[in-house]
Amino acid sequence: MDKNIIEVRGLTKKFDDFVAVDNISFVVGEGEIFAFLGPNGAGKTTTIKILTTILQPTSGKILINGSDPQTEQNDVRRSFGIVFQDPSLDDELTALENMEFHGVLYKVPKEIRQKRIEELLKYVELWDRRNELVKKFSGGMKRRLEVARGLIHHPKILFLDEPTLGLDPQTRNHIWNYIKGLNQTEKMTVFLTTHYMEEADKIAHRIAVIDRGKIVAVGTSAELKAKTKTNSLEEAFLALTGNTIREQEVNSTDHLRMMRRMHH
Amino acid sequence: MSTIYILWLRQLKRYFRSKSRIVGSLGQPLLFLLAFGFGFGQVYQKAGGGNYINFLAPGIVAMGIIFTALFSGIEIIWDRQFGFLKETLVAPVSRLKIMLGRTLGGATVASLQGLIVLLLSLVVGFRPHSIIFLPLALVFIFLISLLFTALGTAIASLLSDMQGFQLIMNFLIMPLFFLSGALFPLDGLPKALTAITVANPLSYGVDGLRHTLTGLSHFGLITDFTVLGVITVIILVVGSYLFSKIQI
Repeated sequence: MDKNIIEVRGLTKKFDDFVAVDNISFVVGEGEIFAFLGPNGAGKTTTIKILTTILQPTSGKILINGSDPQTEQNDVRRSFGIVFQDPSLDDELTALENMEFHGVLYKVPKEIRQKRIEELLKYVELWDRRNELVKKFSGGMKRRLEVARGLIHHPKILFLDEPTLGLDPQTRNHIWNYIKGLNQTEKMTVFLTTHYMEEADKIAHRIAVIDRGKIVAVGTSAELKAKTKTNSLEEAFLALTGNTIREQEVNSTDHLRMMRRMHH
Repeated sequence: MSTIYILWLRQLKRYFRSKSRIVGSLGQPLLFLLAFGFGFGQVYQKAGGGNYINFLAPGIVAMGIIFTALFSGIEIIWDRQFGFLKETLVAPVSRLKIMLGRTLGGATVASLQGLIVLLLSLVVGFRPHSIIFLPLALVFIFLISLLFTALGTAIASLLSDMQGFQLIMNFLIMPLFFLSGALFPLDGLPKALTAITVANPLSYGVDGLRHTLTGLSHFGLITDFTVLGVITVIILVVGSYLFSKIQI
């Protein structure tokens, strides 16, 4: 890990007077698997949105693969792939069409595109259902498709915002193996958030614990355990962030999702 | 080019897959055509206006177009809510191309919808005066579609949820339609109404369509085309700017 591929210094994001991300700094080395752990509403997704150019920070300096997401958006966008926390598939298109759409947007040459799409869809076991509309898929199938889609263009950095949420252990394992493979063969950097501590423990080289917009600890899983004098990452996490349950605000999107679910 | 094409294609696929939407959005134009066309036909004829269905049909075609066009543009809100917009916004392609692809797709869909209304009006008894002007009528159909899809896109770029959406639909679509000369001739109106109709871009769309389909004209083809063209370009520019500023 000679070079930092992600550098964040003094990043702050305010929504009116609510501080979602509060002056955080961290670096991620090239080829590293870096995990962001934090309770609901800690600022994980907001940070990812800023790093991936779709949200403007209030202040702070960021470099992604040497470029600034605020001013050199296209250079930054070329360098990463992302699997969002919320669904981002087009329900009215088939699985294959969603994959094709992504491949074309990222200008993956046709032969490579077709080869990778087939390989990835087979890997997440959706190849047989490639011509079905995504709206007929179960939650787990959609999730698998989103992960597969994020990998079509073999990005230098892969952002994964709770990618395995709602997947069974077999599938989670399967997907992480694939991502680990790409991390090793292509030196792909992985930036992930997850609620599954054992996943972070197994996968991540380094972990940052974020709470209420601030990074409270960074280090390897062993370092975090040593620091908090605990035996597991979960205990370390609770020691660092406390035991209170965080409420997440229900926003209009959730209402709308519910409405649409009722209509279908 | 591939970016614009794939976004255009997506709009078309979505259109052809939602048969209920195609049929559903034909209901209102058809109702207007039948109720107004036959309801006022006698009065209009007695007043010396001639065949009212012939007068009305181009206006109803324009109605079919602006409904579909504005809704296509405004679909961005839907995409934002259900996440797909993010997928396009993080891709390494310019927002201008994304906006153009979507808008061209929406405009194509709206044009198809306009053509369906035109065909339906033929069934009801509409008779275009000559075939020669038909290609020009198609140009107007596409221009109206483009203008109002771009307008929908521009508006949707400013809204983050569906709350303001109904408001805009009711306070934009209906006035645009009723005050465009789609239902009544623009000659000899009260001054205030004339001022509004002259400022309404749809008036020029309806007039252009009516001229090319029936030979009746209020502003003249050159004026219709120029005004529509200029406004379309302005709205496309403003829409692209607003779209490029979207944050999630």
